[in-house]
Amino acid sequence: MIGIVSYGTYIPKFRIRVEEIARMWNEDSNAIKQGLGVSEKSVPDIDEDTATMSVEASREAISRAKIDPKKIEAIFVGSESHPYAVKPTATIVGEALGVGNYYFCADLEFACKAATAGIQICFAMVKAGMINYGLSIGSDTAQAKPGDALEYTAAAGAVAVIVGKDPIAEIEATVSYTSDTPDFWRRDLQPYPSHGGRFTGTPAYFRHVISAAKKLMESYGYTAKDFDFAVFHQPNAKFPQRVASMLGFSEEKIADGMLVRAIGNTYSASSLMGLCGILDKAQPGQRILLVSFGSGAGSDAFAIRVTDKILEYPRNAKVWDKAKNCVYIDYGLYLKHRRMIK
Amino acid sequence: MVPRFWRKIKYRYEILTSFCENCGNHYYPQREICPKCRREGVLKEEKVCDYGKVLSYTVVNGRTIALVEFDNGAKMLAEVCGKVEIGKKVRKAFRKYGEDGDFGIIYYGTKFIPIEEQN
Amino acid sequence: MRVAIIGVGCTEFGELWDKSFRSIFLNAGLSALEDAEIRGKEVEAIYIGNMSGGKFIDQEHIAALIVDHAGLAEFGIPAIRIENADASGGSAFRQAYMAVASGIHEIVIAAGIEKVTDANDPMEILSTAVDQEWEKFVGANLPAIYAIIARLHMHRFGTNEEDLAMIAVKNHRNAVHNPKAQFRKEINLEDVMRSSYIAEPLKVLDCAPLCDGASAVILANEEVAKKICDTPIYIEACTQASDYFSIQNRKDITTLQAVVIASKEAYKIAGVEAKNVDVAEVHDSFTISELLAYEDLGFAKKGEGKKLIREGETEIGGKIPVNTSGGLKACGHAVGATGIRQIVDLVIQLRGEAGKRQVNAERALALNLGGSGATAVVSILSR
Ligand SMILES: [Zn+2]
Repeated sequence: MIGIVSYGTYIPKFRIRVEEIARMWNEDSNAIKQGLGVSEKSVPDIDEDTATMSVEASREAISRAKIDPKKIEAIFVGSESHPYAVKPTATIVGEALGVGNYYFCADLEFACKAATAGIQICFAMVKAGMINYGLSIGSDTAQAKPGDALEYTAAAGAVAVIVGKDPIAEIEATVSYTSDTPDFWRRDLQPYPSHGGRFTGTPAYFRHVISAAKKLMESYGYTAKDFDFAVFHQPNAKFPQRVASMLGFSEEKIADGMLVRAIGNTYSASSLMGLCGILDKAQPGQRILLVSFGSGAGSDAFAIRVTDKILEYPRNAKVWDKAKNCVYIDYGLYLKHRRMIK
Repeated sequence: MVPRFWRKIKYRYEILTSFCENCGNHYYPQREICPKCRREGVLKEEKVCDYGKVLSYTVVNGRTIALVEFDNGAKMLAEVCGKVEIGKKVRKAFRKYGEDGDFGIIYYGTKFIPIEEQN
Repeated sequence: MRVAIIGVGCTEFGELWDKSFRSIFLNAGLSALEDAEIRGKEVEAIYIGNMSGGKFIDQEHIAALIVDHAGLAEFGIPAIRIENADASGGSAFRQAYMAVASGIHEIVIAAGIEKVTDANDPMEILSTAVDQEWEKFVGANLPAIYAIIARLHMHRFGTNEEDLAMIAVKNHRNAVHNPKAQFRKEINLEDVMRSSYIAEPLKVLDCAPLCDGASAVILANEEVAKKICDTPIYIEACTQASDYFSIQNRKDITTLQAVVIASKEAYKIAGVEAKNVDVAEVHDSFTISELLAYEDLGFAKKGEGKKLIREGETEIGGKIPVNTSGGLKACGHAVGATGIRQIVDLVIQLRGEAGKRQVNAERALALNLGGSGATAVVSILSR
């Protein structure tokens, strides 16, 4: 049985409210909050970046699983805000965790779904007997151009997932749906991403998420009823809500994973953050549908079943508690934290 | 200065003290010879626990710099993210210390976060 | 062999914009030779304290440079630069002293020089005296290290910011009558307390300003000294000690152990006790370092340094006047020159030439520190 043996999360403690951003641009904050279903977003400290958050999330995952770091034999970091354009984040993580030097390692980039791709790679490597444990991290300090609609949701956070045998949550099945769809991108050397506005909806997010979910269910014989929980990538709260209803999932089944409401879109960490919110309370035997989405575009769908092991797994420091424990900052400090003013 | 940073990465990313098996003293940063036992000393690297307490501190250039003391007696100078006072318990955190301009490398290392008292 | 100081010279300390490194040195050296009434070619060796020609003015090999500019290359006089951060001057003095005491040389010059104002950020350069890998890397410059020491001293012993401020006030008051001092004006307690923090709890007016300056003293053995000098001042002891470089490794950061060791040794050699010292020049690069000196030199018990300043015992007219020159605080801290400048001021005191800041003194002590106290040089002089 192969699956998730441990997970760790990191959410920076700073938040900026939608009202504060709207104040800058003279926009109607109530309309924005209603439209996005998001009221605030997480902001990293000035000395935090994708690498530091990756390390913090990974350290939590390792300490909760009580795994010797040396047994982690693969590290993949998925992000669209790697601190270096050339030079891996994953080696920084490996060094900080003390995994030694014999490990498979790469940075991954596939917009917001790189880390679920990393989980698939780790899953395959464990299954192939190449490694004992693999670590896949989704971490982002998402960039948004001041004044752009993305500014209300582009947040920061990291999730680390350790994949191995004897898991707390078995990965029963996984499929991907991929196409060349330029809905959102960032050109080389550009500081901020660009996007296709409403084009990011139907042909991008909805088509990929639904296709991957349907393929998973068809291929492995699941129906929506077989899942106790579902979590979809969360660019805002509206998209996953709508996709849930399109696939036949009730509000209750996605509620525990809707971290986007409290911290915004953590990009590469987004769908996994939701998964962690669910794992924090799920009971043995319960099944979770996870579907990520990465612009460009693709979705990875997973059927995950919680095992008895979770009963002895320490689930303190819950994601929702981390999300609520925060300090609010104003727009000036936000610019400083995001290093838009130096 | 890249090699100079690289050489000590292990000790910056994680708090490793030198423990002398001969006299029982812990040292940070790591040493190549025990100052108490010198050639009779036997130094081993040891990972310290993630917590320490503030022995003293200052605020300079807008940053809080503290002398943090660990249970094993070793002391470490580091930045603290947040307000502290003498005796405050702190927990280690992996953070950026700086970068060599816009083109150079990024310096990561260990800082500390004050642990707020549980109500 | 007993060693005497037979001539002293010092430039003005301050921002000497129109004077170059070499011309500052020449000024100090010539006034020392003039004071000793010798020509220069009698000098057998020159010891020059200088912290960082390389960083301040991008010039190394400064000893030979200075010999040339002083017109002494003609005689081939050997010279060496001695670097011990801001204890460079004191360390050069000790090397010169040992050269004469050993009988190798009869007459030597001990000098100190720093030209800081050509550099953009002199305090950052002085801060290269702390551990670059384990102190500076985390953002702790020299003021920060002393501030951390000060904070614990205050916490543990009840020393307060006013106590430290009173040291700055005292030193400024003394400097009014020192023609070589950078700041010859009084400041009051409120001025210090109102000045902004450099590194909490140390404020702008707790910190000695870095400045340009040079100083020189001429040393001779007793026999030679008696022949050519009417007022030789004798070096009773000159000791030096080291401590753990970084405060992370010091057992108790509120004690500068190198000062304790060096002063105990000096008292032993001179056959005196702390209470026999009549006047002292101590290294007040920060007000806390003067307060620590009170305790670590044995003028007060550990934790009770504050009493000396509160009760006025270190003022001119007190039991043990400290920094009658104005100290580093008001004279200015010309880094490598400071250790020699302290000797110059004590010689002036012991000769009875200190004018309005004159105290009645038979025996004087100088304490020169390097960085956060990993180097300490203690000298005891007598009439
Ligand atoms: Zn030992």
